[in-house]
Amino acid sequence: MNDEHSQTPSSPEHSIVSLEKLNKHFGSLHVLKDIDLDVTPGEVLVIIGASGSGKSTLIRCVNGLEEYQKGRLHVDGKELLPYGKSGQSLQAIRTEVGMVFQQFNLFPHLTVKANVTLAPLKVRGMTSQEADTTAERLLERVGIADQADKYPTQLSGGQQQRVAIARALAMDPRLMLFDEPTSALDPEMIGEVLDVMRELAREGMTMMVVTHEMGFAREVADRVIYIHQGEIVEQGPPHEVFDNPRNERTQNFLSRVLQH
Amino acid sequence: MEFVFDWQAAFASIPHLLTGIPWTLLISFGGLAIGFIIGIIFGLLRISPISWLRWLATTYIEVFRGTPVLVQVLFIFYGLPQLLGGPINAVVAGIAAIAVNSGAYISEIVRGGVQSIERGQREASLSLGLSRTQSFRYVIWPQAFRRMIPALGNQGIISIKDTSLFSVIGVGELVRQGQVYIATTFNALEVYFMVAILYLVITLSLSLALRMLERKGLVGQ
Repeated sequence: MNDEHSQTPSSPEHSIVSLEKLNKHFGSLHVLKDIDLDVTPGEVLVIIGASGSGKSTLIRCVNGLEEYQKGRLHVDGKELLPYGKSGQSLQAIRTEVGMVFQQFNLFPHLTVKANVTLAPLKVRGMTSQEADTTAERLLERVGIADQADKYPTQLSGGQQQRVAIARALAMDPRLMLFDEPTSALDPEMIGEVLDVMRELAREGMTMMVVTHEMGFAREVADRVIYIHQGEIVEQGPPHEVFDNPRNERTQNFLSRVLQH
Repeated sequence: MEFVFDWQAAFASIPHLLTGIPWTLLISFGGLAIGFIIGIIFGLLRISPISWLRWLATTYIEVFRGTPVLVQVLFIFYGLPQLLGGPINAVVAGIAAIAVNSGAYISEIVRGGVQSIERGQREASLSLGLSRTQSFRYVIWPQAFRRMIPALGNQGIISIKDTSLFSVIGVGELVRQGQVYIATTFNALEVYFMVAILYLVITLSLSLALRMLERKGLVGQ
């Protein structure tokens, strides 16, 4: 799908996310090594790799939840500086970049609806009527309009994750980051979350998705990236990466995860 | 010797003892209110990224948690006037002592409460574009405060009882009123018994109120 996006993007000017020789260390651990990566608007990029490979760290750098030490990083036309020195522009970037977490991270003291309206009210300065309308529309879209007045803990994991997606969408982001969004879910709830993500991709949302759901990657991704020990080892359209991996480490990884 | 508990004398002391209660309540809740503000400030300084602020908060907490309230109030009431050059009102001294003492404990309660909130809450709120201040105000603090309620209740009860020590500087609180009454009637047994009962009434009311507040706070957790 989305064939116009499936070739490797051309130049940084056209990309919404651009990483140049990005390096990240956790103490003596070199987590990301000279990462070069561009994401074009509308692209669905799926990042795969073993746990500890640095794939979550990579997308957490994009909205500044992790600092990096060397290289350059541009998001939505703004530069994110190393060592977390971005100041105000960091908040501006986060306003345009939504994130969905493995553990949902809903606000347990707020109702579902209040979870969704908080940022539009406080950051976008929407009136409560506007924010409510937005929340209702988005909760409808992710299929939980009838749970709006409940508290997060009263919902199932799959429902909570769909609220989390609605919460991020309420800011009308230009880019969505998904950090293993289905890894904490019971198997029977994975499908409902992937369906919402599939729908988002179809509507043209730019997405960076870290996941272990290879079926989803194959079906929805415009491009798949395989990360091994902090390096991009292989990338390309899903059919190439999955059916014809060139790198031996990719072959090993895929043979392990695709066996079952 | 025959044991006699003179119920009539005990009840007769109540009107006089009641005159001490406003002072007990004023010093307790006045001191606790200020202590709560101190606690929020120093509790947050304690987890500040700036090391000298952390050090400042730690020093304050260790000093006022590590010395007795009685010594603190004696220092304020008898000691400070020598520095300031004028006397300090005993009630003010009492409120100040409760404030700095409970403030030290509440700082630790605040620190623990804030640190108990999962990192993901902060990350999620920041990722939505909220500023650090907004993230704290709308996401972290409301959750942290709920978790702090039981510990704050404990501290409230401790501080209420601590005010009994201020009879030594002449504050007309509950114990002091008991002592004054006993000086004329010599019914120490009955009067101190009633004093204890009145403290229980105050502390149990607070416990009950907090339990109701906690139950209300449980919704949504």
